[in-house]
Amino acid sequence: MKSTLLLGTRKGFIAYTFRNNKWILENCSFEGVPISIAYADPRNGTWWACQDHGHWGVKLQRSKDRGQSWEEVIAPAYPEGEEVKDGVPATTRYMWSMAHGGKNHTSRLWIGTDPGGLFVSEDEGNSFQLVESLWQHPTRKEGWFGGGRDLPGIHSIVVDPRNEDHIHIGISCAGVFETTDGGKSWAICNKGLRADFLPDPNQETGHDPHIVVAAPSNPDALWQQNHCGIFRSTDGARNWQDVSEPEGPARFGFAIAVADDNPDQAWVAPADSDVNRTAIKGALVICRTDDGGKSWKQLRNGLPQENCFDIVYRHALVSNGDAVVFGTTTGNLFFSPDRGENWQVINNYLPMIYSIQFAD
Amino acid sequence: MALVKFTYALKRFFPKLTDTEAGGKTLKAVLDEIEASYPGVTRYVLDDQGRLRQHVNIFIDGVMIKDRNTLSDPFQENSEIYIMQALSGG
Repeated sequence: MKSTLLLGTRKGFIAYTFRNNKWILENCSFEGVPISIAYADPRNGTWWACQDHGHWGVKLQRSKDRGQSWEEVIAPAYPEGEEVKDGVPATTRYMWSMAHGGKNHTSRLWIGTDPGGLFVSEDEGNSFQLVESLWQHPTRKEGWFGGGRDLPGIHSIVVDPRNEDHIHIGISCAGVFETTDGGKSWAICNKGLRADFLPDPNQETGHDPHIVVAAPSNPDALWQQNHCGIFRSTDGARNWQDVSEPEGPARFGFAIAVADDNPDQAWVAPADSDVNRTAIKGALVICRTDDGGKSWKQLRNGLPQENCFDIVYRHALVSNGDAVVFGTTTGNLFFSPDRGENWQVINNYLPMIYSIQFAD
Repeated sequence: MALVKFTYALKRFFPKLTDTEAGGKTLKAVLDEIEASYPGVTRYVLDDQGRLRQHVNIFIDGVMIKDRNTLSDPFQENSEIYIMQALSGG
């Protein structure tokens, strides 16, 4: 298990370190400032904080000394004159995802934003440019719309480690898009998804994948917790299959994590319907499948089973080896050393948790 | 010269920020001068398209500006331009 956890929370950037069999708070930076994504680049150990200042807009900070000091770099910005829709000027409203460009593109970083623009840096994050090919995609202005946020947003960036120009992104609401040429052109990968909230649920775009992830041990095995269920692909997102439980809790939610060593093992954090968005019957549950979504096991040992309102946001459930960690909307942080069989509290008194990442 | 004053909240990010005189004839020109003295500060006040951010206000001699998009509100040579935050959030 990696021994550091980075948290993006509503009130700051928080890092925990695992020492003497305990998670200890190592660093708290930007107290009071919402951090949409706390990200560690595994290639060089740089920490990134995507900030969402209520008054002053989005800001991007990086630290090369584990949060001892931070440097503000210029956040992704839309070129002058760009519009979300006709008459709606484009400005970066939120940084919703971050990913490194891989071992062959050592200076490359990706950031996904609301209102729907993907940005790339080729200089280690000193500057970011809008990926024009996606922004000019013919479906964007009419076929993308807000889901969870007022305008479309890119919350998932999945870089294929076998070919780092091969990337899947997840957009709410538009769906899954794929590039095989490093972002020069994009194909839509929504076959098999259902958008039950649209007049035509099988429409080409307008889908709401809350989060998209790939199995590290087989990047063609992709999973998504969608607004309309849990979907899995075994062929690189060409086709998606609904693997939700028809009656059980593994259906609606925001987060999903896949085991490092098993493309068929995944965890979800179910919530009570898109209408309520609370813990189901006041009890917190994580569900795990060990067979590619054919069946789901409920994991409750150590989690609150009454008077609970927590749900788990899309970037706040992660696994690493046998360890699984999730953080909730009411600031509870839980750790399992055994793939979810048993849970321990790390902290009950954190701010609302937006993102978690395991890091070295 | 107009005198530009700032909310204390901005001093968290720009500790040296202080009342600053500016000779620009338009609000945009004034902000450009401020940017030269405190690099990066206008990105806190204006969005990507140069519009005043939603939860930021500018007052000229005690009156809130009307044109938040192109910042064309007029002012006098001895005006006080006050950049402040809206009180919002929790």
